[in-house]
Amino acid sequence: MNPWNHDVAKDEKDLIDVQVDGVWMQMPRGLNVVEVAHRSKKFIPHYCYHPKLSVVGNCRMCLFEMGTPKMGPDRKPILGPDGKPEIAWMPRPQIGCATGITPGMGIRTDSALVKDCRNGVMEFLLINHPLDCTICDQAGECKLQEFSVEYGTGESRFVEQKVRKPKNVDLGERIVLDDERCILCSRCIRFSSEVVKDDVLGFVNRGSHSTLTAYPGKRFDNAYSLNTVDLCPVGALTSKDFRFQMRVWFLKETKGLCTSCGTGCNITLGSREGKVHRLTPRENESVNSQWMCDYGRLNFHYLDSKDRLHRPLLRAAGEQFPGTWGDAIQRSAEALKKVNPEELAVVASARLTNEELFVLSRFLRELGVTRVDMVPHQGQGDSFLRSGDANPNSRGAELLGLSSGGRKFGTWGAEIASGKIRGLLIFGGEDVVAAGIPASALQSLDVLLFSGILANGTSRLAHVVLPAAATAEKTGSMVNVHGRLQRMTRAVPAPGEAREDWTIIRDLREACTGGNSLHSVEDVWKAMGAEVTQFAGLSWAKIGDLGVQIENDLGAIHEKSVKA
Amino acid sequence: MSTPLQAGMESTVKPESGEVTPAMEAKADDLVSRYPVSKRSAVLPLLHLWQETFGYIGPRGVEWIAKKLSLQEIQVLELVTFYPWFRQRPYGKFHFRVCRTLPCALGGSGKTFATLQKLMNLKSDGHEGAMVSEDGRFSLEYSECLASCGTAPVILRNDEFHQAVDEKRATELVAGCK
Amino acid sequence: MAFTEHRLIFKHIDAPGYTRDITCYQKHGGYEMLKKGLTMGGPAIREEVKKSQLRGRGGAGFPTGTKWSFIDPTKVTKPIYLICNADESEPGTFKDRQIIYKDPHQLIEGMILSCFANGVKLAYLYIRCEFTEGWKILENAIEEAKAAGFLGKNILKSGYDLEIYVHRGAGAYICGEETGLIESLEGKRAYPRIKPPYFPAVLGLYMCPTIVNNVETLCNVKHIVEMGGDAYAKIGRPNNTGTRLLCVSGDVVKPGYYEFPCGAITLGQLIYNVCGGIPNGRRLKAVIPGGSSAKVLRAGEVYKIKEKDSQGNMVDRDVKLDDLRMDFDSLAGAGSMAGSGGVIVMDDSRDMAECLANISTFYAHESCGQCTPCREGVLWLKKILSRIADGQGRDNDPDLLKDVADRIAGRTICAFGEAAAWPVQSFLGKFKEEFQIRIRRNGAAAKRDTVSLTH
Repeated sequence: MNPWNHDVAKDEKDLIDVQVDGVWMQMPRGLNVVEVAHRSKKFIPHYCYHPKLSVVGNCRMCLFEMGTPKMGPDRKPILGPDGKPEIAWMPRPQIGCATGITPGMGIRTDSALVKDCRNGVMEFLLINHPLDCTICDQAGECKLQEFSVEYGTGESRFVEQKVRKPKNVDLGERIVLDDERCILCSRCIRFSSEVVKDDVLGFVNRGSHSTLTAYPGKRFDNAYSLNTVDLCPVGALTSKDFRFQMRVWFLKETKGLCTSCGTGCNITLGSREGKVHRLTPRENESVNSQWMCDYGRLNFHYLDSKDRLHRPLLRAAGEQFPGTWGDAIQRSAEALKKVNPEELAVVASARLTNEELFVLSRFLRELGVTRVDMVPHQGQGDSFLRSGDANPNSRGAELLGLSSGGRKFGTWGAEIASGKIRGLLIFGGEDVVAAGIPASALQSLDVLLFSGILANGTSRLAHVVLPAAATAEKTGSMVNVHGRLQRMTRAVPAPGEAREDWTIIRDLREACTGGNSLHSVEDVWKAMGAEVTQFAGLSWAKIGDLGVQIENDLGAIHEKSVKA
Repeated sequence: MSTPLQAGMESTVKPESGEVTPAMEAKADDLVSRYPVSKRSAVLPLLHLWQETFGYIGPRGVEWIAKKLSLQEIQVLELVTFYPWFRQRPYGKFHFRVCRTLPCALGGSGKTFATLQKLMNLKSDGHEGAMVSEDGRFSLEYSECLASCGTAPVILRNDEFHQAVDEKRATELVAGCK
Repeated sequence: MAFTEHRLIFKHIDAPGYTRDITCYQKHGGYEMLKKGLTMGGPAIREEVKKSQLRGRGGAGFPTGTKWSFIDPTKVTKPIYLICNADESEPGTFKDRQIIYKDPHQLIEGMILSCFANGVKLAYLYIRCEFTEGWKILENAIEEAKAAGFLGKNILKSGYDLEIYVHRGAGAYICGEETGLIESLEGKRAYPRIKPPYFPAVLGLYMCPTIVNNVETLCNVKHIVEMGGDAYAKIGRPNNTGTRLLCVSGDVVKPGYYEFPCGAITLGQLIYNVCGGIPNGRRLKAVIPGGSSAKVLRAGEVYKIKEKDSQGNMVDRDVKLDDLRMDFDSLAGAGSMAGSGGVIVMDDSRDMAECLANISTFYAHESCGQCTPCREGVLWLKKILSRIADGQGRDNDPDLLKDVADRIAGRTICAFGEAAAWPVQSFLGKFKEEFQIRIRRNGAAAKRDTVSLTH
């Protein structure tokens, strides 16, 4: 995945003695001082250093005071009364990111020298920095602000003219660049070059006039460009989508999963008062490291699309009218009773969570329906994070016995036309008209029930529409294309009267067959674990925030890199 | 170095006129062959070659070199703007560089520059880099230490190096521009 | 009393009738040392260089034998490169120019010997592009040497192959920094590399072991091969061996380039005897002894220099400025450095604020911009000093300048930070009252009084 992993030592078991702020401890040899400090619960501030990018050492913020063991005439360290080497401190500070620890090294992270170094760097960074905080999106998560408070001085001594550079540069489809804010850490350039292998960014001019840019006429448009917005320690690179939308300190952060494709990148949803404002990647070395693709990152605006289904709809006299949940469930149950189980087909979408699919499978078993499948969706796969499977839970649907990969689904169009299928139950908002079943065929059905989040060509033909919750609005788990079970937590409530699918299925089941054994996620997991081998022994808590690998992945994730 | 280029915009630099001759291609290939380990090392020599041929480095130069060395254009533009010898607009037929660093300043380079500026009738137009006369005949800029401090003040007129250029000598050098 | 130079490197520079072609060079014994060196073998040459105690002549004064010893050609599997640093850009320095323009083959021969000694098969001569004729001269010399069998494949039938190519820079002083030079040679912006891990001896050009040496240093190698390391070490004094090329500019009657044994001449003798003293009846005010990066020395200063007395004990001796010996240790002992040998003399008509503003403008322009203290701080220094020179200084400016300079030196990726900070620290430290008076007098009047050195 990444060409560099500075936060992982070559050999985690090869431990050596180092002294950090007077305390001796054991750390893996060769780990850099910033990581060592982190592991010993100290923090060495830094801008340009990033564990997944090459080390350049240009910000100079991670300067620390270094010491080496005093050597005796026998070329061996002189030991102090505690049996540890006596340390000779070097007058010249060193950068932590580029210094790998050696036996007996002394590290001071908060001496007077170190404080002066940081104060100096902060002062230098601020003398040409524009006073944009009030309009800068980065405020609240800006390293310049944070370190200025911690390590800087309140007042400025700079009375000269600041260096001027281009502001509000349209750098790419999704990114705005403000060159004056840029502190020239080069993280964006290194990310583009090393992780995405697209050398589209660079510095022009020299000295204090150095400016980040792309070649005039060329755009910073690759599929992972927005990761540089995460990486940028300041507000130089910002997302057009998020520009001026919301102050970050108002955002509630929920751990979730991106559901735009089968990779299931781990994300954090930033929401306020029920509205999602942005998605950012969440670190998971087994799935997406610290990255996600731009498409998935921006694919959440459908949550408040004007096509969102807010209320159950009932068909009467050729039109759909809003109704109550009670009516909708009752009407659905009645309609289903009129059709034989052998004449029913069910679309169990691979967009649903495992829990929803499991309750559905129970329901269908009790109904006696065997004709069930998912709708395949083709995504734009690449050799990095994007999967060719645009469904987030294809594997889950498979494991729960509700999927043939779309093979069965492919025959239903004909079976509806020939009258073999007289009722169709659709979950996950699948637009089967778009997937190939003609509208005329659907119109001939005795029963067409639709549950989903957005109105579409299929939902408009349904007898009953049951508004469901989007993945950001529900708690559940999914299995990605690499066989990893991961969970997401509800970030925002579903709009209007829309409900989570598993409650819809539960109520349908109770109304149709009377079965009502599953009432909570824990119930579901107990039952799932007993029936599906891959889920055996697992519980909701055991999945954890980073998920569990439940199957061997034939294509190792860790060698993934973007095609040049 | 001319006006800083802004991303996302079309280049404001005029494309060079003239064609790349087979002889120039051959020279370029010869230069590339001197760096058997990495083609990229040939960027500077190729930039010199282009500037000597076309007078400045415009978008055509950047793109031609980028293509030849399998680089992205930004990787070439980075260098054009980093190294002061390269310019992104044509300078005068006679381009004067006057050293302004301490020894030459002590020797009176300021007076030399002022004399040249007056003789060439040049005004600063806010552009970074050299002042260029309207008729394109002369251009003038300061340079940093040219490594002949003992004979200060020193200047370069195009590729000619001139020493002890006081006001009198400066006048002669301008008059000598045919 | 006239002081005769010891023209070792400069033996043929400006000699009547001497031309730079190979025929003339060989007539004076040129390339005989190459033959000798080839028979000696690489390790023997390296041993002689070590014994000679030769120190780098580019500015840092790092012992060449030690630098070469970091690479063991018998143990290294990657190719080893050698780069001649002909990017002479340190203000006040103009010695390498003489060699390149007037006796290029001396450099070529020295370079071939150095390459041979270190197992180098491919070498580059990085020359500043402002030497607009120099690079053609060197290319021509290389062609001549090749034609004569001194370069190329199977040199003089020894089985040793070597290619040298001339590479032109493009006007950046930072390319004089060895890792900045390497980056530039690789076709990138000349950003010096962080050390560790990118020590040129380990991860240099194309991430292979690389030696970067100055023009004068390489020329010395030839002479060391000729006379042997021990004999070379007898010129000058211990740890300060051989000759030094000194360049004098500024307020002297006879500015120019001179060669003396290390320490054989004092600063006073250089200025007053060799260079004819200060013109126009003026007196010495300040002198920068080793290129503009070196700390300035003030007329009338007395230094405590550690020296060995007759019994071999280290004692402090009071040394007046005029009696400072022009060698590495003495100048370092005086709180400055021998540097690149560029001696810039300022008389008492000069305004120190103007001089410092001029120097700071140079560094502000030449900063590569990679690391924070240098990129932001050096331009800040220039802006403050320009403001002072313009007659708009403020009372706290001297303290501010010192603070800024103190926060640059020692905190940067490369020595450019020190090079930019030292002039500020030293001028302010030694001429503090002059700055204060300048600031107090402020306004246009202060500016009108002095010759502007800032452009």
